Amino acid sequence: MKRNAQQIADRVVDLVGDRAEVEAVATLGTAALTRFANSFIHQNVAEDTVGVRVRVAVDGKVASLTGNRVDDEGLTRLVDAVIEAATLQPVDEDWPGVAEPTPVMKVDHADASTSEATPAQRADAVKAFIDAGNGLSAAGYCDTDFEEAAFANSRGQRALGTVTRSTIDGIHQTGESAGSAHQTSSRFSEIDGKAAGELAADRARRGTNAFDLKPGEYEVVLAPECVATMAIFMGFYGFSGKAFDEGASFVEIGVPQFDPRITIVDDPLGPDALGLPFDAEGTPKQPLDLVSAGVTKALAHDRRSARKAATVSTGHGFADASIGPVTANLVVTGGDDSVEDLIGAVDRGLYVATFNYCRILDPKSQVVTGLTRNGTFMIENGRITGAVTNLRFTQSFVQALGPGRVLGVGNDLRHADSEFGAGVVRAPSLHLAGWNFTGGAEG
Amino acid sequence: MFDLASAAVEAALSAGASYADARYVEGRDEFIQVMNGGIETLNRSEAAGVGVRALVGSSWGFFATADVSPASLRGAGAKASDIARASAVVPGRPMPLADVPVVEADYETPFDEAPIDVPLSDKVDMLLRVSTTMQGVDGVRLARASLGAWDTHKWFVSSQGSKIHQHIVETGGGFDATAIGEQETQRRSFPQSFGQFETGGFETVRRWDYEGNAGRIAEEAVALLGAADCPEGEKTLILEASQLALQIHESVGHAIELDRILGWEAAFAGTSHLQLERLGKHRYGSEVMNITADATLPGALGTFAYDDEGTAAQRVSIVDHGRWIGVLSGRDSASIAGLPPGGMVRADGYNRLPMVRMTNVGLLPGDSSLEEMIAATEDGVLMSTNRSWSIDDKRLNFQFGCEIGWEIKSGKLGRMVKNPTYTGITPKFWAQLDMLGREAEWVHWGTPNCGKGQPIQIAHTGHSASPGRFTEVRVGVRG
Repeated sequence: MKRNAQQIADRVVDLVGDRAEVEAVATLGTAALTRFANSFIHQNVAEDTVGVRVRVAVDGKVASLTGNRVDDEGLTRLVDAVIEAATLQPVDEDWPGVAEPTPVMKVDHADASTSEATPAQRADAVKAFIDAGNGLSAAGYCDTDFEEAAFANSRGQRALGTVTRSTIDGIHQTGESAGSAHQTSSRFSEIDGKAAGELAADRARRGTNAFDLKPGEYEVVLAPECVATMAIFMGFYGFSGKAFDEGASFVEIGVPQFDPRITIVDDPLGPDALGLPFDAEGTPKQPLDLVSAGVTKALAHDRRSARKAATVSTGHGFADASIGPVTANLVVTGGDDSVEDLIGAVDRGLYVATFNYCRILDPKSQVVTGLTRNGTFMIENGRITGAVTNLRFTQSFVQALGPGRVLGVGNDLRHADSEFGAGVVRAPSLHLAGWNFTGGAEG
Repeated sequence: MFDLASAAVEAALSAGASYADARYVEGRDEFIQVMNGGIETLNRSEAAGVGVRALVGSSWGFFATADVSPASLRGAGAKASDIARASAVVPGRPMPLADVPVVEADYETPFDEAPIDVPLSDKVDMLLRVSTTMQGVDGVRLARASLGAWDTHKWFVSSQGSKIHQHIVETGGGFDATAIGEQETQRRSFPQSFGQFETGGFETVRRWDYEGNAGRIAEEAVALLGAADCPEGEKTLILEASQLALQIHESVGHAIELDRILGWEAAFAGTSHLQLERLGKHRYGSEVMNITADATLPGALGTFAYDDEGTAAQRVSIVDHGRWIGVLSGRDSASIAGLPPGGMVRADGYNRLPMVRMTNVGLLPGDSSLEEMIAATEDGVLMSTNRSWSIDDKRLNFQFGCEIGWEIKSGKLGRMVKNPTYTGITPKFWAQLDMLGREAEWVHWGTPNCGKGQPIQIAHTGHSASPGRFTEVRVGVRG
């Protein structure tokens, strides 16, 4: 008989016995993705997923091992191997021990329309996206993921959760321009391929006859995808307790580093969130206020970074300790302004649909370079007057959101893609006082 | 294993596929990292499973499972065909496969020391010594060192009769020191950022003399805090070889992927500035520029015997004296483009669909040396070791940051500069390549973190390069 995720995690703890401290995370699920390009489905994949990650500490000597064989023979071999590896290690002076038993909130982030979606249903959503372009060339994907995850450790902590996610993300292309659209939900039944396709097609058509704009600083309205990318960088390089401990974070707790209009929370539990209610170390997750009305409030911690900071884990442990704590349910709080209002407040500036290929130049200053993509438009006298060719920027994300720099916050809060994966950030559009574009089509 | 993979293939054919193949993959990997004299991570992983690919009409269907019982694999084959069939809701043009010889073969990466079998204590002790040496330099805040290795067996079976087993061994690592100032961080890495990875055993790591370089690297990181900023303006740019390798990867390697050129990656990775009808005519760069995609280079990270659809590894000329003449391709993309299949299709594990990936896309050596380039430069900057990289979806507009630079004035290397960046447009930039290092300075650099595809796949690719000189490049871009 096949084991469920909790049985797999429990079995690992049993097999370790009193030989070591142990924590185990087991996952089971399905992942399916239907991919299209040149307006036809060219790749269509699915897999049954299974995995178990075991971390042990033998007298403070730590090792971890990940595998995908979950029968007794496979788990026994995995457990013996990871214990043997740990015994050969030096003592890890920063080992925080495994989590103590703590109740984990039950949240329902799983939906049957996602876990039971068929290739034919995904193909239908794709067809709706393509057809909405009325002859434009479409590319993108529609996927459905389901995962059951369970945690167990040698102190008796147990946790179980199920999550689903579905996304449609794609572009329409005219031959000289492209426009994009993105939708993510825990419920495949909410994915509207037609609406996404219409938005992408509209952006693509508006993007024709683009002109080269001279680089420089411009006022901008950034769509949620851009804001999501900013949040990802600030989370990974800034709000991480590990990055802070290492001195590479921009974060100054209690300091108004942001405009008062900016509030950022990591919320894995809300009704629209997609996360599990516990982290890789079995610590229950709670909403964490990172920035409140412009004031930096907190760091995300795993057990290791919390121990170093003489505090407690915030439930942001990640499988790989070298990465440190990860904020994977970021929300940049929305405002009251419609996107039309945000654009209407700009005398001369740019509307940017998405960023592309962003990379950090320096984590402490949060200076990032990247490009605009799939929709860059000139705004003049409060309305979009034409398309602009893609621009390169070199800009500190923190400075761009600094005091006095946020002129409007959109009421269009939603899951937004960030080029680093769907379902990680919810963000609204933002109207910012300035953005430093450092290159155009000619470099 | 061949029998198990064959069961999946046969089931796919029975379910209506015109072609099917399957890979049984068993992989182990290891990653060790120390930080500031203490162990931070020892992660190992093991995974085994089968991925089966079925072609029905114009679409690929793919299904993967870790359950390798015969019944499960027969089910996987049938599911792959069913998934492909569902694609017919929005069918495309026919997807013919270019012919390749049917082969039965066995290949193993040449190696001396199986990297995962080297005693853990030896590896950890070496990393701790490197980290401790860097920590001994005043001003170093973070002293990190790491090693990684992959040991992968693949059994490939196709419905056309090929049966291929390969054992690929990849090893590498590196270290970096970070100094942190009031509003900045400065990092130096060795042998390159993200480490240097090659096919081969642990002997590849021993060749790099980590301990002999740790002190110098740490001192450079600290010195950067007090260095002047890279000057702004148009200068002659000399790139040290590992940075030139990444420049090749981003502005040549991805641009010549035939799936991108055909629009198959348009939504995510992007397309290419190259147009197929210009193959053989388009000028990619200067006369000094000769690029090959060579999956047969001993020791390079993108080396194997057969790709993941059973096509033999090849050496393909991509750019000949500045003229674009070749692409990276697989059986489907090559057939559509009317080109011979390049043997460049690989997957990131059993559970990913094989796709066009770089092998070893490298710049053949020239007839100069770094010393001669510096001597020939009136006003320039030498930049070394990548720190940031960004390029647009057509692989045209790029901006790179390096860890360290030095001014060059009147043929002499001058003061160290920090935050060196440069930007350009691909064909214009490569047209400005005028000097290249000789074979003595030519290294098979490895990139272990090349992302592409949806779901995302990480490939290991190689890029041979020696130092190169480019004229009139915009440097010193700031935020």
